[in-house]
Amino acid sequence: MNDQGKAYWSATLRLLGGILAVWFVCSFGAGILFADALNSIKLGGYPLGFWFAHQGSIYIFIALIFFYAKKMGDIDRQFDVHED
Amino acid sequence: MDLQTTTYLVVGASFALYIGIAIWARAGSTSEFYAAGGQVHPVMNGMATAADWMSAASFISMAGLIANMGYGGGLFLMGWTGGYVLLAMLLAPYLRKFGKFTVPQFIGDRFYSKSASTVAVVCLLTASLTYIIGQMTGVGVAFSRFLNVSSDTGIYIGQAIVFLYAVFGGMKGITYTQVAQYIVLIAAYIIPAVFISLQLTGNPLPQLGLGSTMSGSDLALLARLDQVVTELGFGKYTTTTAGSTLNMFVYTMSLMIGTAGLPHVIMRFFTVPKVADARSSAGWALIFIALLYTTAPAVAAMAKYNLHATVNTAVAKGGDLYAAENSIKADERPDWMKRWEKTGLLKFTDKNGDGRIQYYNDATKNPEVKAKAEAAGWKGNELTVNADIIVLANPEIALLPNWVIALVAAGGLAAALSTAAGLLMAISSAVSHDLVKGVFKPDISEKGELLAGKISMAVAIVISGYLGLNPPGFAAGTVALAFGIAASSLFPAIMMGIFSKKMNKEGAMAGMLAGLFVTLFYVFAHKGIFFIKGTEFLGLIGGPNPFFGITPEAFGAIGALVNFGVAFIVDKMTKEPPEHIQHMVENVRIPRGAKAVDGAH
Repeated sequence: MNDQGKAYWSATLRLLGGILAVWFVCSFGAGILFADALNSIKLGGYPLGFWFAHQGSIYIFIALIFFYAKKMGDIDRQFDVHED
Repeated sequence: MDLQTTTYLVVGASFALYIGIAIWARAGSTSEFYAAGGQVHPVMNGMATAADWMSAASFISMAGLIANMGYGGGLFLMGWTGGYVLLAMLLAPYLRKFGKFTVPQFIGDRFYSKSASTVAVVCLLTASLTYIIGQMTGVGVAFSRFLNVSSDTGIYIGQAIVFLYAVFGGMKGITYTQVAQYIVLIAAYIIPAVFISLQLTGNPLPQLGLGSTMSGSDLALLARLDQVVTELGFGKYTTTTAGSTLNMFVYTMSLMIGTAGLPHVIMRFFTVPKVADARSSAGWALIFIALLYTTAPAVAAMAKYNLHATVNTAVAKGGDLYAAENSIKADERPDWMKRWEKTGLLKFTDKNGDGRIQYYNDATKNPEVKAKAEAAGWKGNELTVNADIIVLANPEIALLPNWVIALVAAGGLAAALSTAAGLLMAISSAVSHDLVKGVFKPDISEKGELLAGKISMAVAIVISGYLGLNPPGFAAGTVALAFGIAASSLFPAIMMGIFSKKMNKEGAMAGMLAGLFVTLFYVFAHKGIFFIKGTEFLGLIGGPNPFFGITPEAFGAIGALVNFGVAFIVDKMTKEPPEHIQHMVENVRIPRGAKAVDGAH
C-alpha cells in the first residue's frame, strides 16, 4: 500500500474509533453501566438512565450512521478514492 | 360486525394486497431483483429492509418481554438497533466493494479456501434454523388467536402457510411487497399505541406519552407503574436489570454483533448500487426500524399498566390494592381474557376460591408484600399471562375498536411470514448454491440446484415447526440465541477478513469453529442438545449460568471473544496469506472501482 493509501486507511480508522466511542458511551455507558447514577436525573417523567436504555441510544445510533456516511464521503474525496 | 369477521376481512385484505403487488411487480422483470436496489429509492429500500428485519420477535414478542422485564428489556432495544452502527461502518461498505452475493462466498474467497466457505455455511445454517424456531413460536401465537385454536394447532397451520409462501417464492424477492408489508406492520403497531397513549396520558406520541404524567393526575406514568408493581411484589419497572449488570452488558453486545453477523441482513447491503449507498442505507433502514423500536417501550409499559388496571380497579382509581372488592370478579372478567384462555397462553385459576382474580408476584421476597397478601386471604397468583401475547392482546386490553384489533393480527402475520420466508431463502441458497453446487457437486444442473433448495426449505420447516412446539424460550429469547450464534461465528470472521490483512485461512476457520462450538456447548447445556427437551447437561458444567452468571442467550459475545482469540493464536502459528489475497484486502478498503455485483464464483 502506498503512503496515500496508508493515510486514507488511518483517517478511516480514526473516524471509526471516534464514532465507536460515542456508540459505546451512549448505550453501554449511559444505558447500562451508569444507568443507576443517571436515574436520579429526570427527563420529564423519564429517569435519565432508563431513557437512554429505552429511547435515547436508538436516536443517537441513527445520527451516528448518517454522520459516518457524510464524513466518510469527505475523506473519500480528500484522498481522491471516491466513486464517480 | 363481530370481531372474528372483521379480523378475517382485514387479514384477507392485507394478503390480497401483497399478492396483488407481487403479480403487478412480476410483470416487470423478476430477473432484475438483485439490481432492484438501483432503481428503488433509498427510502423505499430502507422500508423493505426494515420489513425483512423485523420479525415475529420484534413485532409480537419483544414488547411483551419488555413488559415482563422492565428496564432490563432495554437490552433488546439497544441490541437490535446498535448493531446497525457496526454493520454500516465495519461491514456493509467493504462487502459491497467486494461484490459477491452471499456471506459464504466472501469467506471462501477472502480466506482462499472451500473449507472456510463450508464452515461459514454450517454457521449460517445453525443461526438461521434457530432463528426460524423463534419465528414459528410467534407464528403459532398469531394463528392460534386469529383462528381461535390452540397454539400447537396454530404452529401446524403456520408451517403449511410459511411453506407455500416461501416456495411461491417470488413474493419475497420483490421489494415493493416488502414495502407494503412494512406499512401494514408499522401501522398495526403504532395506531393502537397512539390510542392507548392518548387514553392514559393525553399525549398522542407514545414516545412522549411514556415520559408524561397520567391524565388527571400529576404523577408520571412510569412512577405510578413503579408504585403498583412494587406494591404487588414485582421488581421496580424502571430499574430491574436482566440478571446482573454484567449479563445485561454482554447480552446487549451479543445482539449487536449478531445483528451485524446475520447473513440475511448483510445480504441486503450487497445489492445497493454504490459503496456510498451501502453506508447510508443502513441509516435509512434504522430510521424505519426505530419507528417500531421507540414505540415498543411505550407499548410495554402501558400494556403492563392496563393489565394490572383491568384485574385490580384500585390501580386506576387509587386506594388499597389488597382490598377484597378491588380485585375483579372472575365471572365479570373481560371477553378478551376468555378468548386468550382458549389458546392456552393465558390461564386463570381461582386458588383461594373467592371468585375474584388476584394477580401479584407470589414468589416475592418482600416480607411486607407477603404479609399484606396473607392478611387479604390471597393464596397465590391466579393469573398467568404468556409474554408473547401482550402485543396482540394489547388493543383488546385497552378496549379499542375491533378494526384496530384486526389490524394488529394482520401486522403480526406480516412480520412473521416475511421474515420466516426470507430466512428460508437464505437457508435454501446456502445449501443449494454454496454447499451442493460450490462444494459437493459443481456440475449440478440448474433444475437440480432448485430442487435441492426446495428440499432444504421443507426440511427446515419441519424441524423448526417440531422444535417450535417445545420452544427453548419465548419467541424473542429464541431469536436472541440465533443472534448469539451469528455473533460468535460469522461476525468475527468477516471483520477480520476486512480489518486484518494478515489473517489466514487456518486462523479464520479455527476461530469460527471454536466460537460456534463454545457457544453451542453453553446453549445446549441449558436448552438441550439441538434444543431437544430432556437432553440438557447442566450437571456437567455446574448448574445454570455457571460462567459469571451469564445466561445462554447472552453468551454470543463471549463466543465472539473466543473466536477472535483462537483465530489470532492460530494465525500467528501458521503461514501468512498469499500476496494476492493481501492486495485484495487493500483493494476492498477503498470505494473507487466498485463494480456491479455478480454471483459467479
